[in-house]
Amino acid sequence: MKVLVPVKRVIDYNVKVKVKADGTGVDLANVKMSMNPFDEISVEEAIRLKEAGIASEVVIVSIGEKKATDTIRNALAMGADRGILVTEDQGVDLEPLAVAKILAKVVEEEAPELVILGKQAIDNDMNATGQMLAALLGWGQATFASEVKIEDGKAVVTREVDGGLQTISVNLPAIVTTDLRLNEPRYASLPNIMKAKKKPLDEKTAADYGVDTTPRLTVVTTEEPTGRQAGIKVGSVDELIAKLKEGGLV
Amino acid sequence: MAVLLLAEVAGDTLAVDATAKAATAGAKLGDVTVLVCGPQAAADEAAKLDGVTKVLLADDAAYANGLAENLADLIVSLAGDYSHIIAPATTTGKNILPRVAALLDVMVITDVTEVVDADTFKRPVYAGNAVQTVKSTDATKVISFRTSTFDAAGSTGSAAVETVSGAGDKGLSAFVEDKVVESDRPELTSAKIVVSGGRGVGSEENFAIIEALADKLGAAVGASRAAVDSGFAPNDQQVGQTGKVVAPDLYIACGISGAIQHLAGMKDSKVIVAINKDEEAPIFQVADFGLVADLFDAVPELTEKL
Repeated sequence: MKVLVPVKRVIDYNVKVKVKADGTGVDLANVKMSMNPFDEISVEEAIRLKEAGIASEVVIVSIGEKKATDTIRNALAMGADRGILVTEDQGVDLEPLAVAKILAKVVEEEAPELVILGKQAIDNDMNATGQMLAALLGWGQATFASEVKIEDGKAVVTREVDGGLQTISVNLPAIVTTDLRLNEPRYASLPNIMKAKKKPLDEKTAADYGVDTTPRLTVVTTEEPTGRQAGIKVGSVDELIAKLKEGGLV
Repeated sequence: MAVLLLAEVAGDTLAVDATAKAATAGAKLGDVTVLVCGPQAAADEAAKLDGVTKVLLADDAAYANGLAENLADLIVSLAGDYSHIIAPATTTGKNILPRVAALLDVMVITDVTEVVDADTFKRPVYAGNAVQTVKSTDATKVISFRTSTFDAAGSTGSAAVETVSGAGDKGLSAFVEDKVVESDRPELTSAKIVVSGGRGVGSEENFAIIEALADKLGAAVGASRAAVDSGFAPNDQQVGQTGKVVAPDLYIACGISGAIQHLAGMKDSKVIVAINKDEEAPIFQVADFGLVADLFDAVPELTEKL
């Protein structure tokens, strides 16, 4: 069974985001970029399926600017087999619909039985690409996975839902999107980082797939959120209770 | 403008709070028709919501349990009559709406916090570190609303309930089981008071002191991602960018440093209390009342004295 894992290069989890003063976006110049954390979990899950003898090949795909090569190499260093880079550099974040359309074409070519994606990218926080890809392919979807089992041509997936956990089974081929607790991604070892440099990496462009990536949403402005002022420090639990009672809160 | 709102149904009952808040958002866009996939009683409940002009009831078993494939097809079959298709940004709404949008060949707009006009919406990005205003050029707008920023619609209405049916089960997925956490505590996203614990709580056992304070206050229990990652608390208690977004009247953060990702989930709370022994913790920058103290002393003392 072939597993396809799309990964996105995003601003690093620990970077403090700064909004540009002119309202045109956030400042991404000279900030650390990394693989989207949920995508790392997806890569890890795919590699574990391979180690368990369930997956035969793990293929990584990333769509975006040329620098996304680093993100793919990172996934290859973790243990994936080969990569596909689809360059499409509009100077803006590609929308999930456009990404899903390109991925649908990649899926047609690669014919994986499972596509594992992160549930959301931590830049646009849209939480949409996996569901959209499932729709375009007419496949079943198991989103926000905390456990994935492959058995009898199905993926049995436990999902993180608002009230607790839900388990569903989805016919293969299927889309799975990963949540936080699915696994803990490994670090790539130095020898594996060296080996990853020799693993195959194909380059394509969005135009090769004939996909129209024109944005459907126009970003009018990007602003700082309305701030919150720090309040006061209280010296004791008694003082805290007095303040809460004053405000009618307890 | 006509709006189709996918009601949130939990088990066999209407999740009134989430649905009523999304109804308020929907009413800013036009006449709201609510689609209830569940039993008649849930539809009757939805019919009472203010601003709702009609309720569509789909009680086929194929639409129970929120299976995205079946529900998305049902919504798409109804979509022609509506300019906006909306839902609360719950895990159900987040699961289904992007699928609906892709089937309609439109972009989904998720986690909307403000309606500017019929085409223009505000939503947080980068864990709430920035707010984007986006204008849609699509014919149909598919939108999930962050419920914490809208007031719940009242329940004085009496809309008509009509039955609808769709193609039924597509056979792509099947429900196996729910493991719903049984709790007498209020639901996290609609609770008036939330008591949350972070990495500083130290262990799953120690979370009992957080729960004791919550029970004293009739509050819901929340947790930071660090606490969930460390196995101290279940994921459905996670507050933050990748968990739930809450805006209670009172939020008490215990042993939470205040990472950006956590603040994204609670900074709209009316009053924030922070208890942390590190006086440099960023949580104090957003707290109305900060208490620099060891939570193992302060939280039990607070519980006892309240």
